[in-house]
Amino acid sequence: MWKRFRSNIGAMVGVAILLAVILIAVCAPLIYPHGPWQMVQRPFLPPMSVDGLPLGTDTLGRNVAAQLAYGAQVSLLVGLVSTIVALLIGVPLGAVAGFYGNWVDEGAMRFTEFFQTIPNFALAIVLVAIFEPTLASITLAIAIVSWPPVARLVRAEVMSVRKREFVDAATLAGLSRPKILITQVLPNTVSPIIVMASLMVATAILLESSLSFLGLGDPNAMSWGYMIGAARTVIRTSWWLSFFPGIAIVLTVLALNLIGEGLNDALNPHLSRKGRA
Amino acid sequence: MSILTAILGRLAKAALTLLAIAVLNFFLLHAAPGDPAVVLAGEAGAADEQMIEQLRERFGLDQPFYVQLGKYVGGIVQLDLGYSFRQDAPVSQLILDRLPATLLLTLTAFGISLVCGIALGVASAARVGKASDSALTTLALLFYATPLYWLALMAVLVFSVWLGWLPGFGYETVGAGYTGITRALDILQHLILPALTLGLFFMAVYMRMTRASMLEVSQLDFVKTAKAKGLSGPAIRRRHILRNAILPVVTLAGLQAGQLVGGAVLTETVFAWPGIGRLMFESLAARDYNTILGVFLVSAAMVILFNIVTDIVYRIVDPRIGATA
Repeated sequence: MWKRFRSNIGAMVGVAILLAVILIAVCAPLIYPHGPWQMVQRPFLPPMSVDGLPLGTDTLGRNVAAQLAYGAQVSLLVGLVSTIVALLIGVPLGAVAGFYGNWVDEGAMRFTEFFQTIPNFALAIVLVAIFEPTLASITLAIAIVSWPPVARLVRAEVMSVRKREFVDAATLAGLSRPKILITQVLPNTVSPIIVMASLMVATAILLESSLSFLGLGDPNAMSWGYMIGAARTVIRTSWWLSFFPGIAIVLTVLALNLIGEGLNDALNPHLSRKGRA
Repeated sequence: MSILTAILGRLAKAALTLLAIAVLNFFLLHAAPGDPAVVLAGEAGAADEQMIEQLRERFGLDQPFYVQLGKYVGGIVQLDLGYSFRQDAPVSQLILDRLPATLLLTLTAFGISLVCGIALGVASAARVGKASDSALTTLALLFYATPLYWLALMAVLVFSVWLGWLPGFGYETVGAGYTGITRALDILQHLILPALTLGLFFMAVYMRMTRASMLEVSQLDFVKTAKAKGLSGPAIRRRHILRNAILPVVTLAGLQAGQLVGGAVLTETVFAWPGIGRLMFESLAARDYNTILGVFLVSAAMVILFNIVTDIVYRIVDPRIGATA
């Protein structure tokens, strides 16, 4: 499996980009010890015009490169944590629904369907607006709008694994139902969940940036979406202020999507062959 | 007959869902930090004491919780979405005024993305493995990763600021006083950039889906039969593969409707397009919760309606669905 993943050029490019972004995020406090909010020069300096400021300065004379580096922290953190929270909601719900069936399934799926019908970005906006924008409320709002596909996926996987022979064997061996679900069924659903999770981190980063673009970012955290939102009104005179953060988002999200596709091909080889034929 | 009962069933379910969202809205209003009456009034002194007192009475904020819930949901059932003190108008009126612009934008974007997405997906699947296929799939992957609002800003920068080809914001030329055909053309010109940027992301989604679906169907036995009959490649693709491959794309298109409405908030914000998305953005800055929740409810209603329409289309395209369901 690892060999198949490594031979996928797209996935390796994704890994390289993601590692670079992680490195920048981790090293941000070392490279820019003064933080992203510090004014360093005249405002509106174009890129490459002054030494040490390769990406120029923003409307308040802050270093755009430093802002980008600190923005990487927020994007990765929110993307990762919100995906974990979404998994914590979606996996148990989908597993229980698929394993026990009947009214449990019926109830859980109605609940999931309700959340899937609601336009998810609009719900995220409403949640963050009402509970005040903080990193915690943003992360939670993204998790709340992203879990339904997880629940559906896990439910479908559990339903198919449940009918396999080794589950019957475990029942005969006298294992309790919850124990069978946790130790026998769930481990067999891990690979599609991993693929979906890597794509969810990408979507979560896009969602976070969209929220902070609309002014719903944590006011104490520098983020890429906030940078673009703040530069929106000066797009005619200072294109670089919105251009670079956008490129950062595209690269990070693209990297995660490439990794997700590579994992998918590596973990479900027969599916990918069918798709590629 | 079966289609009619199916539609009635869907409508009943839609009504229940909207009712549930109304209840959710009520709880969200009460979960917001601060006095609900002040929250309803739009916070920070937008309303005077007397007005807040009136609000308390109207929503029964001094009465038990379930009475308040009944009053709130009862109002929504009668299409009363509350009052925006910031804009000094009923929320339903505000939304109704802005709805046509949003419908025009989202439906145009949806049409463009579906037609172009399917066409490109078919083209890409027909050239599978060749350089042009790789170029198309790479491009789709790139659009898939691009934030909508950033793409919109870059489009404004290139086509409006630098090249000056198209207007970069607004719904029509203000103060030009166009009427009839000239006005329609003027609106069309303003529509091009927002609709294209909103459509591009979804075009990438539909293209990837169509391509995968075409490749999957082309492995099936009846395609071999068609080949054995001596049909040409394009004829097989058009008459046999595409007709079967398009079904999952229609399903997906229905599910994406919610995303399209969410995307409209961003596109309308960038292009100052006077729709309900822009209304939501303006209300965010003003903390006008009544309007925010109103737009939320109406956009959910739009998505549900859209899902019902795709469901009907689906049944017409594939009669087997009606027979089994």
